[in-house]
Amino acid sequence: MIKFNKFYTQFNILSSVMIVISLLLLVFKGLNFGIDFKGGTLIELRTLDKKINISNLRDNLKQMNLGDVSVKKFGNDKDYLIKFETRNEDNSVIEEIKSNLDKSFGNNFDFRRVEKVGPKVSAELLKSGVIAISVSLAIMLIYIWIRFEWQFSLGAIIALFHDVIITLGLFSLLNLEINLSIIAAVLTIVGYSMNDTVVIFDRVRENLRKYSDIKIFELTNISINETLSRTLITSITTLLALLSIFFFGGEILKGFSLAMIFGVIFGTYSSIYIANTVLVRLNVSQKTVIKEDEKI
Amino acid sequence: MLYFSKLRIILIISISLFFILISFNNLFSSDKRYIDKKINLGLDLQGGSYLLLEIDNSPVIEQKLQNTATLFRTFFKDKNIRIGNLKITNKKILFSVESQFKQNVIEEFNNENSEINPYYPRFKSHQFDIKDLGDTLELSFSQQGLVKLKTSSQDQALEIVRRRIDEIGTNEPNILKRGNDRVLVELPGLDNPERIKSLLGKTANLTFRFVSNDNQDSFGVEKLKYENNIDEDFVSKRIILSGDNLLDAQPRMNNQTNETVVSFTLDRVGAKRFGKATSTNIGRQLAIILDGKIISAPVIRDTIASGNGQISGGFTFQSATDLALLLRSGALPAPLNIIEERTVGPDLGQDSINAGMIALIIGFSLVIIFIFVKYKIFGLITNITLIINLLILLGILTLFEATLTLPGIAGIILTVGMAVDANVLIFERIKEELKNEKNNIIAFDSGYTKSRTAILDANITTLLAAIILFFMGSGPIKGFSVTLGVGIFTTLFSVYFIARLLTSIYVSKNKNKEVSI
Repeated sequence: MIKFNKFYTQFNILSSVMIVISLLLLVFKGLNFGIDFKGGTLIELRTLDKKINISNLRDNLKQMNLGDVSVKKFGNDKDYLIKFETRNEDNSVIEEIKSNLDKSFGNNFDFRRVEKVGPKVSAELLKSGVIAISVSLAIMLIYIWIRFEWQFSLGAIIALFHDVIITLGLFSLLNLEINLSIIAAVLTIVGYSMNDTVVIFDRVRENLRKYSDIKIFELTNISINETLSRTLITSITTLLALLSIFFFGGEILKGFSLAMIFGVIFGTYSSIYIANTVLVRLNVSQKTVIKEDEKI
Repeated sequence: MLYFSKLRIILIISISLFFILISFNNLFSSDKRYIDKKINLGLDLQGGSYLLLEIDNSPVIEQKLQNTATLFRTFFKDKNIRIGNLKITNKKILFSVESQFKQNVIEEFNNENSEINPYYPRFKSHQFDIKDLGDTLELSFSQQGLVKLKTSSQDQALEIVRRRIDEIGTNEPNILKRGNDRVLVELPGLDNPERIKSLLGKTANLTFRFVSNDNQDSFGVEKLKYENNIDEDFVSKRIILSGDNLLDAQPRMNNQTNETVVSFTLDRVGAKRFGKATSTNIGRQLAIILDGKIISAPVIRDTIASGNGQISGGFTFQSATDLALLLRSGALPAPLNIIEERTVGPDLGQDSINAGMIALIIGFSLVIIFIFVKYKIFGLITNITLIINLLILLGILTLFEATLTLPGIAGIILTVGMAVDANVLIFERIKEELKNEKNNIIAFDSGYTKSRTAILDANITTLLAAIILFFMGSGPIKGFSVTLGVGIFTTLFSVYFIARLLTSIYVSKNKNKEVSI
């Protein structure tokens, strides 16, 4: 049996520090919102001529007076991602870029993807994203509150916030783009993290009923160990699936799968080291579960 | 938990086979399919354009207020009540009446059978709200009045947008209402939406008005620019003829001038009016105005009674074709702004399909190998279940003709990764039970029973997340929530029926041998 409980305090401190750093990052550095949430134009471009490189592409676009243009390589040598803020309701800007590039470099471009999000829509998307995450956290809270005693609910919710905050913190730290698919990833992380915690809690509660003489500190450790191989196997298969999306699923899914990979790792860690330690700190005992059962 | 009746086994097999057969449907071309259903590919996979248009209702509101003001001014004039200081500002009508009539006027607006202020019994509300500001009265749209106005201009806009897109002839366009002032247009397979965008960006409000020489009269005359944005002319505000009177419009080549023109045919009313106007105004210039700009202002040389005419204005063949198309399909009630646009080229779509499939195959293989190495014979059972699970999932998506997006493929891969969770929970539990229980059947049975709550909890939490995503998300993200959500049901079905059936067959065959997981 692995002594997980030996490091409860150390990992609690580590997690607290990570949460504080994440919050500081979120407040002071902020998130790198993509055009979904900030508005603007995105063009994915494929060049058919090897002579075209990032710097002459950048110079060419700079002359067009588009404001702050960012040009980045996207996946391979031929593909570029161009982003800029759309200033007005000018509908022909893409056509202008096309003809301008064709004039300078010859007809050597393929516009693979164009996305243009107006300020009103991006504000709405951001709002509905925030609502979606809040609602899902609230629903998880209600579900867990119905299913378990309040001490368990608190543990699960703290673990959940821990995962979401640190994942977002990591996105802020690495300056990764937040777009619609990241919201989907965060929601899935919420589901996954909850799932993981619930399985261990289920076992803790079962063991609480079974053994009256074992302290919660030991009991959580027993429960973690009993469910450990399941925790590991499920995390591994989920990570195998996610890693194959990350490496083979194309550029568009990179951010999504990366967020999920972070989420699964934090989710697994937090259900062991965050959710359980809340039970220990709240001094949960057999009385907690028996009392609840009698009430019903 | 391990016992299955014959009937149940038949039921499980037939349900599985049904969905598996449907999932194979996607492999055939449309004429060879046994039922006419398949999974739709989202715009991000098949390529195409997504445009969200917002109707700018302010000119409609302005126009409606103008009409209403004229209407009730005459209405009260007939009753010998003089409306003074009539003004429209900030989407409100301000006016004053002599104080002894004030109550009368307010009552007239608040009367349920009011002639000038329609009452909607369904909403229990008038079209306009009247407010007494002391010296002046203020008339503004009620909430319902505004909703009515918006929905009616949305209905019209939807119709016109549909006509314009149908004229261009793209395959299977999807045109839908969003909220009460938006129209969503999805155009599969279209990789360059510039032409459609420019066609939808025009209101196409066509009017014929006389050019006025009397530029002192600022009330009935306005100064308008030509298409070239340089020349200007004074034009009467009186509309001789509008685009509503047009029956048909076509691009033509004028043989005499060798110029592309748009020829048009008027309806009976229009032809009559046009004939009368041209006959009495020979020698005057008639301006043809589109969306507030003069296309041309030819001099009337003769009476045009046939109801046929042509517009010239230095068109190219393309611009003449577009103008004819716009005139045929009618004017939009209000300008449309494109507030969101997403276009994916067909080759990127194909690349995404390929990448998604490769990721699915590799992810699936990795999971299958890992599970087989870990659980041997029970790994095999899990893997068979996993494959059937995937096929049933595809079968359900096919049956409901769901839209598969790139995030949707990610959802399927994720389902593969998480689907093994339920089997793992069960097998791990059985392993524990086997330590204390020598009877295989009892151990397996209690393994299934005792792991059930954890499995249900785990799946419900994921399902909740998927449901929220479905209602909050848009487009591709919705596709993700669908595959994730449906995947949970197929997972539970395959784990509790298929995997359990296979397990029970294996265990009953090896009742007395030592079974290890």
